[in-house]
Amino acid sequence: MTVPESEELAAATPVTAVATPVPVTKLRGGREALYFARRNRKLLVGLAVVLVFLAVAVVGPLLTDHGPNEYVGPPAQRPSARYWFGTTMFGQDVFAQFAHGLRATFLVGLLGGGLAAAIGMLIGFTAGYRGGAVDEALNMLTNVVLVIPTLAVLLIIATYLRVRGVVPEAIFIGLFSWPWVARAIRAQTFSLGSRDFVDLARLSGVGGPRIVVTEIAPNMSSYLFMTFILLFGGSVLAAATLDFIGLGPTEGISLGLMMNNAVLWSALPLGMWWWFVPPGLGITLIVGSLYIMNVGLDEVFNPKLREL
Amino acid sequence: MTLKVDNLKVWYRTLRGQVQALDGVSFGVADGELVGLAGESGCGKSTLGKSLIRLDGRMRHVGGTVELDGKELPIADPERMNGFRFKEVSIIPQYAMSALNPTRRVGRMLAELLESRGVAMAGVRDELLRRLELVGLDAEVLDRYPIELSGGMKQRMVMVISTILNPSLLIADEVTSALDVSTQKAVAETLVEFRDRHYVKSTIFITHDLSLVYQIADSIIVMYAGRLAEKAPTDTLVAAPRHPYTRMLLAALPEVGVRYGTRRLEGIPGSPPSLLNPPTGCRFRDRCPLAFDHCAEQPPFAEVAPDHFVACWKAF
Amino acid sequence: MLRLDRVSKTYRVGTFGGRELAAVRDVSFQVGPGQVISLIGESGSGKSTIGRMILRLTGVSAGTISFDGTDIAAFKGRGLRAYYGNVQGVFQDPFSCYNPVFKADRVLEMLRPAWFPRLDDRQWRDKVAGSLEAVRLDPGQVLGKYPHQLSGGQLQRLLVARALLLDIRLLVADEIISMLDASTRIDVLNLLGDLKARGLGILFITHDLSLGNYLSDQTVILRRGEVVEQGPTDRVFGRPEHPYTRALLASVPQLHRKWDRTGPLARQPAGEGG
Repeated sequence: MTVPESEELAAATPVTAVATPVPVTKLRGGREALYFARRNRKLLVGLAVVLVFLAVAVVGPLLTDHGPNEYVGPPAQRPSARYWFGTTMFGQDVFAQFAHGLRATFLVGLLGGGLAAAIGMLIGFTAGYRGGAVDEALNMLTNVVLVIPTLAVLLIIATYLRVRGVVPEAIFIGLFSWPWVARAIRAQTFSLGSRDFVDLARLSGVGGPRIVVTEIAPNMSSYLFMTFILLFGGSVLAAATLDFIGLGPTEGISLGLMMNNAVLWSALPLGMWWWFVPPGLGITLIVGSLYIMNVGLDEVFNPKLREL
Repeated sequence: MTLKVDNLKVWYRTLRGQVQALDGVSFGVADGELVGLAGESGCGKSTLGKSLIRLDGRMRHVGGTVELDGKELPIADPERMNGFRFKEVSIIPQYAMSALNPTRRVGRMLAELLESRGVAMAGVRDELLRRLELVGLDAEVLDRYPIELSGGMKQRMVMVISTILNPSLLIADEVTSALDVSTQKAVAETLVEFRDRHYVKSTIFITHDLSLVYQIADSIIVMYAGRLAEKAPTDTLVAAPRHPYTRMLLAALPEVGVRYGTRRLEGIPGSPPSLLNPPTGCRFRDRCPLAFDHCAEQPPFAEVAPDHFVACWKAF
Repeated sequence: MLRLDRVSKTYRVGTFGGRELAAVRDVSFQVGPGQVISLIGESGSGKSTIGRMILRLTGVSAGTISFDGTDIAAFKGRGLRAYYGNVQGVFQDPFSCYNPVFKADRVLEMLRPAWFPRLDDRQWRDKVAGSLEAVRLDPGQVLGKYPHQLSGGQLQRLLVARALLLDIRLLVADEIISMLDASTRIDVLNLLGDLKARGLGILFITHDLSLGNYLSDQTVILRRGEVVEQGPTDRVFGRPEHPYTRALLASVPQLHRKWDRTGPLARQPAGEGG
């Protein structure tokens, strides 16, 4: 480099050292998610269906003045203006059963799903962050729970507990559906835990559990949200299955129990479609919508899946 | 001329609008020339390299033509480009080490690749083995899976594969960035060797490392914010650069022998403009110590000396 | 101030932890106040591991690292926090160092509960402004922004500002400029030079010899976990004794000086790398 040129540079008016960052036109984090969420058809449709059923669950029982299992009308009636979903073989109001059953369904989903989510997150985060022997032990626990034959356990419980409610059922489901959650969270925590910002947090004097809560979990918030939705749907389905084979609550009513009764009392050969179609459709639609919501959420949170 | 690029414009489609990654780029590469394409991140050098072979789905060709060996390259049409890829225009991608299919043995992958171009592996095998030996690889490498090879070996393998059909134009996209200093030197020298043995006709070597490009290139192109700033033979560019950006860039390179106490280097204050909505006129204007009002008009990329092109009013 | 005495780090690898991998072997050197030590090595040389051991992010398998005479392995709780008040680190990838869902200045806020619990808001703001000024960042430009809104150079400087908030005596800079552009690298390097002049000790870890040469007083060359050569920078770069150092220096691309061509890859020097 020849001298005259550097002198020329030095003599010229110096540029003010203003560092111009990349201009911001991108919505950040939550707002960006909301923007895409409002436009995602799968999410909106799925959410709408679930909300409709939720509305029925909340409002429905208020519209009937009798309990779901009371014998109120003539048996085996088709749907009419009086009994919107007709009556069962014994003269019970199918609509009342349906509305109350929906309540039980949502309760199981919330409780069972929530419990499974809590356990899965606790075990997943701990195993993923601590690693080493703790990870090995928790892995073994996860594997054990995974292979336990839940049906057999449930049968044994059923013989000991003569009276069972919805809440114990929800707890049971919650206690056995968390392994995949723990595995997935563990894997994510491993990869996030090796990122430099976790090291930086340690250098700032932040302790282990706090790091998980304040640094790692926020980065997985979308995934945790989706996990909960999946667990909710899974619990509903599991409860319906258990109820259908007679291992559900001994009192009250649920959609699965309705189907169980309908099959038990030959509703299908007798053509009493109004007895088993509403609960079956209800379960299918709720669980299906939840899964579709999940796919939609995945697109919302994962920029690569969005169609441009 | 082997390669002639005329007013090439390539934009990217993004959520926020069109990123004008390449805005009217024109230059030529002679037969057998090794051109270094240097610039900082976001200047468009990778886009330029990839646009010559059209491998990136998000690119939109907006204007301009590319001529190779007298024929026009159909760079606006990725489908038609398929006929040219690997045979006449080839690329060694960045992160070449991850470019090998992990589920295929290397030899089989190569055979499939050749077959897709209508070339039988048998006809190429002897030459292939000769070249593998040149870069220090054993013939048995072809029977291995990529995971069994070290990073350096994979890099060399990809270099041989990319050049096996003797392309007219080879684009080496940041092939040395992730490497250690000794491997960097070996890879750079291999590129020169390929050119000397006529395995490839011309090479465009894309990098951000000016001192590396100085070692092996015949001429250097410096890019800034989607446009060419300067093009000159290597020694000329380094000894007597005419564009202020090139000068400041060279002045910011720490060298072995330069100490903080004795000679303090200076960086370039500010940062490059966003290409979503680029400013009119010369894009270096905001950071340039020599800027004056005429800079509001974009200077042409004009020849100020034989083979020496600059886009700066002050250089004319 | 900081002293490494025959420090080694071995990892257990293999199916049941059968084999051992020595990442660092028998490394010793010292860093005094106002001194910059360059720790130079290629990938796999163990240089980052040494940085992490000094920062207590990973344990030492053998040997001792002592700060002001005390073995750092003994620090716990409050003692560890005091140590971090004296020694901090900045890492290679600025975008990995910031939690992407939070604002960038959170890295400064994180220090407040542990080290500055008694400052009120105005005092804290003044302190932050002072640190930012020391690294030549405009508070209006960087506070309240998310990491992706700032450039790499700004992010790195913000990390240095964070370290300065604590009034540290030693900074472990692990490849802090390798991901920055040429024009911003120099700004960060010059900043380190100014801090060195004010008495800060710096362990400058890098694979780039030209960068290592620019700032440092002493240089340590590492290869596969072992010290191959160490001494005053001028001597190591000017009159290298070990063949590995010589080979490294010969491979560095420099402006105004062309390589001696060694020919095709078949005759590559012994360093594996890449």
